[in-house]
Amino acid sequence: MIEDIKLLEAVERYISGQMSPDERVHFEQLRKSNPEVDQMVVEHTFFLQQMNRFDEVKNFKTILNDTHIHLGEKGLIKAPRLKGRAKVIYLYNRYKRVSAIAASIAGITALTISALVWSLSPTKPVNKNDLEILSRDLHKEVSQMKKQNEVLRQKIDNVADQTSVSEPEITYVSGGTGFLIDTKGYIVTNAHVVKNAQHVAVQSINGKDLYAKVVYADADKDIAILKITDKRYKQFSSIPYSIKRSSGDLAESIFTLGYPRNDIVYGDGYIAAKTGYNGDTLSCQITIPANKGNSGSPILNKNGEVIGILSKKENSLEGAVFALRSKYIIEALNVLQKDSSYKNIKLPTNSTLRGKDRTQQVKTISDYVFMVKVD
Amino acid sequence: MKAESSERSLLQGLARNDKKAIETIYKENYNLVQALVINNSGTAEDAKDIFQEAMIVLYEKVQSGTFELNCQIKTFVYSVSRRLWLKRLMQQNRFQLSDGHEESVSVDEDMEEHEKRNTEFVMMEKAMNGLGEPCKSLLEAFYLQKKSMQEIAVSFGYTNSENAKNQKYKCLVRLKKLFFSQYKNESL
Repeated sequence: MIEDIKLLEAVERYISGQMSPDERVHFEQLRKSNPEVDQMVVEHTFFLQQMNRFDEVKNFKTILNDTHIHLGEKGLIKAPRLKGRAKVIYLYNRYKRVSAIAASIAGITALTISALVWSLSPTKPVNKNDLEILSRDLHKEVSQMKKQNEVLRQKIDNVADQTSVSEPEITYVSGGTGFLIDTKGYIVTNAHVVKNAQHVAVQSINGKDLYAKVVYADADKDIAILKITDKRYKQFSSIPYSIKRSSGDLAESIFTLGYPRNDIVYGDGYIAAKTGYNGDTLSCQITIPANKGNSGSPILNKNGEVIGILSKKENSLEGAVFALRSKYIIEALNVLQKDSSYKNIKLPTNSTLRGKDRTQQVKTISDYVFMVKVD
Repeated sequence: MKAESSERSLLQGLARNDKKAIETIYKENYNLVQALVINNSGTAEDAKDIFQEAMIVLYEKVQSGTFELNCQIKTFVYSVSRRLWLKRLMQQNRFQLSDGHEESVSVDEDMEEHEKRNTEFVMMEKAMNGLGEPCKSLLEAFYLQKKSMQEIAVSFGYTNSENAKNQKYKCLVRLKKLFFSQYKNESL
């Protein structure tokens, strides 16, 4: 087999023109005298061409899709806009709910009135006095009902107002950042962000809150995995970045996106040391400005591969920021997947952000980074 | 003359994956194709598929170094789209297209070439997907992203580049087997 590997290496160097002139002459001699080698060169050239074409078309397809969405959103082509349609459905659902309540109130009112009318319909002769009392009672009841109806209507309006401001009615405090690692709604963040949390919600770039729950937490490594449980969560078709096994070299340039405040914030820097606080090998030191809310932000390299999770510990050095190595995401997942209900989680292994400029990368990634809120 | 040279520079841009050129061609041709498909019992989603496939036909053409179309880009894209949609309809047992246009330029050769390439694309896609990880990423890193064995060893966690090379070889043999087994079946 070692011979085969060497031969293949020679063939590849020959095809890509990396051989020295002498070597080349020698190899061409071999090709002529040995039909098997000759066949191998022909076959391998063809195969490499096939692979390259495959890659080219695949990349081109991605560009076409991006262009389609981009032009569609700008209204430069007549393609139907997803956002618009989703919005109509959303409005319809909301309207449906309010109108259903209104309709049921109308129904109750009608029923009560007809019940009263029925109870008042003279089945036996009643004297005039009784009738007067009854009609007074009826007036009173009707006006009371009107009042109640008014109160109810106001309440409905209030509810409708509230729902349009913030859907979950829990007041969330402190938070961090998290990012999607599986389109089914799995998010990675720091364990300390969700420590002691009763409820967890994540907020996407468009400000929508989605309920989530903690499915895994490891305080030692400071890593947690959340699952979005909210029915309104619309699955993405794929995740643009990949999770890298190794964590990069000293001085490699990196960037992050996170929620130190209510807006998503970009920051960049480089890997400053291969180890973390006190020689801790779980993490590495980075130079990215970070605040409390940045905890759990993805650290990406220039190819859009996640190499770590921003993890600022309170006991760390003044101003120093650390990133937990991304391989612990993979390890955490391996532990989680021992539970068969999480078997189907699949980490993204391919970055589609390679070669794109930073603005474009950040724009794409920001949809997949969430603010993590707890109460 | 000016129009001709701008068409040519668009095609050259397309060959280089230039975003602006792609956007321009997309913008100037999409609506017409969408109208064609929708008026002939298709949906907007079908239109997108058909148009993008036509773009790939054009892309393949310029990739092979042909920047001289014998017609305008618009005519070419429309004719290819028309043909592709007709084919799709025929697969659903419907034969007629009413768009008031005849196929204004013959695209037979291009379609044939595209068909062949498309089959090859699907075969490679199947082979790649059948390969599994880490083989797939390993081969992509070496052959497509052109990373060195040293870099690959580090990023995949192999202890040295010799081991990575061994693994790459095994993966490549498997991929070739998967690919060529389909290729032989196809050409029989």
